[in-house]
Amino acid sequence: MWDYSEKVLDHFHHPRNVGTIENPDGVGQVGALACGDALKLAFKLDEKKERIADVKFQTFGCASAIASSSALTEMIKGMTLDEASKVTNADIAKYLDGLPEQKMHCSVMGMEALEAAIANYRTGDTTVRELKDDPLVCTCFNVHESEIVEAVRINHLTTVEQVTNYTKAGGACGKCKGAIQAILDRELGNRAENGAARNAAAAPAAPVPFAELSPAKKVMAVEKVLEAEVRPSLRLDGGDIELVDVQGARIQVRFLGHCAGCMAANLTKNGLVEKKLREALGDDALEVEAI
Amino acid sequence: MDEPALHYLDNNATTMPAPEVVEAMMPFFTERWGNASSMYEFGGRVHRDMEAARAKVAALLGAGDPSEVVFTSCGSESDNHAIFGTVQALGPETTVITSKVEHPAVLQPCRALEERGHRVVFVGVHRDGTLDMDAYRGALSIPGPKLVTLMWANNETGVLFPIRECAELAKAAGAVFHTDATQAVGKVAEIDASAVPFDMLSFSGHKIHAPKGIGALYIRRGTPVRPFLLGGHQEKSRRAGTENVPYIVGLGKACELAAAELRDGTLGRVAALRDRLQEGLLAIPETVVNGNREMRLPNTLNVSFPYIEGEAMLFHLGDAGICASSGSACTSGSLEPSHVLRAMDAPFTALHGSLRFSLSRYTTDEDVDAVLETMPGIVRTLRELSPFGRGEEPDDPGAAR
Repeated sequence: MWDYSEKVLDHFHHPRNVGTIENPDGVGQVGALACGDALKLAFKLDEKKERIADVKFQTFGCASAIASSSALTEMIKGMTLDEASKVTNADIAKYLDGLPEQKMHCSVMGMEALEAAIANYRTGDTTVRELKDDPLVCTCFNVHESEIVEAVRINHLTTVEQVTNYTKAGGACGKCKGAIQAILDRELGNRAENGAARNAAAAPAAPVPFAELSPAKKVMAVEKVLEAEVRPSLRLDGGDIELVDVQGARIQVRFLGHCAGCMAANLTKNGLVEKKLREALGDDALEVEAI
Repeated sequence: MDEPALHYLDNNATTMPAPEVVEAMMPFFTERWGNASSMYEFGGRVHRDMEAARAKVAALLGAGDPSEVVFTSCGSESDNHAIFGTVQALGPETTVITSKVEHPAVLQPCRALEERGHRVVFVGVHRDGTLDMDAYRGALSIPGPKLVTLMWANNETGVLFPIRECAELAKAAGAVFHTDATQAVGKVAEIDASAVPFDMLSFSGHKIHAPKGIGALYIRRGTPVRPFLLGGHQEKSRRAGTENVPYIVGLGKACELAAAELRDGTLGRVAALRDRLQEGLLAIPETVVNGNREMRLPNTLNVSFPYIEGEAMLFHLGDAGICASSGSACTSGSLEPSHVLRAMDAPFTALHGSLRFSLSRYTTDEDVDAVLETMPGIVRTLRELSPFGRGEEPDDPGAAR
């Protein structure tokens, strides 16, 4: 059982500012059903377009996600956008008299929704973070490098476990833990050594022709392409893909999440999965079969 | 007086120790505290009490010989003993066959063996949680020594695996067969070592109204399995450690009660309560039952309420004195939802909104009423808060695609 503060429980039981706003000035949404939590935040400015006159939220998530969202709305009501844009997840957690370490990602979700809503007002953009120039680190929870860097800087994080608690990155399959450590090392000043490691990790997949690889190497090569080129875009839609088997040039996969049973899965298979694998592995004979 | 009455519906997590069990144990703390392995009568008497308890456990399991029952500290120890002990006996070429939905006490030893270089096959399940028998048969065709370890009943969904058939297939393929029956013992009449050819069976006392800290491993005579805990001749050198006599006596009593329960209609009453709970909850819009409804324990109900999250529901239930569990990420101690529901390919609108209610002989109509009175309001409150489930879902690809 989580050890929640009185304030967290109060905001969970009596959430403030729940709902939507008609004709809002800014709307931001982060998270997804697949990830287990999501927050949609909308605000309306006063007539002079200076201060936040009204703010509402809708949250799908656990007690601390609901409490963090509610707290955030109370905090930013009446603020100018400049003031609001300086609110961090640490401020949200402090307002709630603290959150359990493993639940800090709930406060980060609040901060990110607010950033998204402000960006939406200022630029009309509906996505906060541009995918290009901001590598996707955790494909399970769709966490980008800039989000990790921000959490590390604001909260003075030093370990991968902390990064997971604050951003969820690394909290599922764990494959990105090395990349998170690399970000941490860089942020903590150990730039030189792990720069090399990161470059090595990003090296192209298969110098030996695919058909000549051993079965194990084939699996690794395919998995690498799926991870780097396929999963990120599937996950944007709440889907995923699992490598089932590789027999010669025949690659068996299974669609998961939203992709499983999706009407468009066949298009995805041919248009995305097969195409990416053929390109990256340099073998046009490759065939992908979804089972 | 603010504290609401307790409605305990989490019996797959642990059960209330039966008063009869506690009573049976008490003398072994105060008077009969001798060492069961000692040579004098003060210990010898205790030894006979322990053997009487062993006979009761053996009777519940249908074991021909009580010495086939080894007392352990818990179900997890029994599982570890069976898996590591057998693989050690069968050698480094051993293939391990298990399922994707096992309890972590089986999954993690299997993963550890995989890391040590063993071939481990994790057989999948169908969408209703039943075992993929074709995949299982395929795995059994792998040559060489094999250990199969499959759960009799799933702790999260209550779904039963056809253990008789699985064990028969395993024996025909020359494999050693272990079943984790922690959730099934006392709830499944078919558990009978004289009729079902399992070689080993694990279970735990605290799921059948004995206290925590006692379990057992049934080991059929002749099964190749090495001891797991070394350091003494207790349990015929199969499990070192001074015998935990008070708890062993408690387990014996609990098994005696469970055996009676299998005959006296208690389980039918529990199933009827569970079914009433199920029907009542299905009246809440979009509720889905996770797992096959026929091949299922009589006491377990796993339901999902799409678009809302499990921990939030548990907190609200807790306010009403109701104890249940969830497979949501926030309650699993990790960031991922239940591995069981994921293996079942549960629609992921439902993945984070699952609740498990598990009943026992002590569950009352009032307990079920309390849930049925509380749950609709909780779901409504949380759905009003949720950005999903409004039919629009601009940012939720689930509905549109």
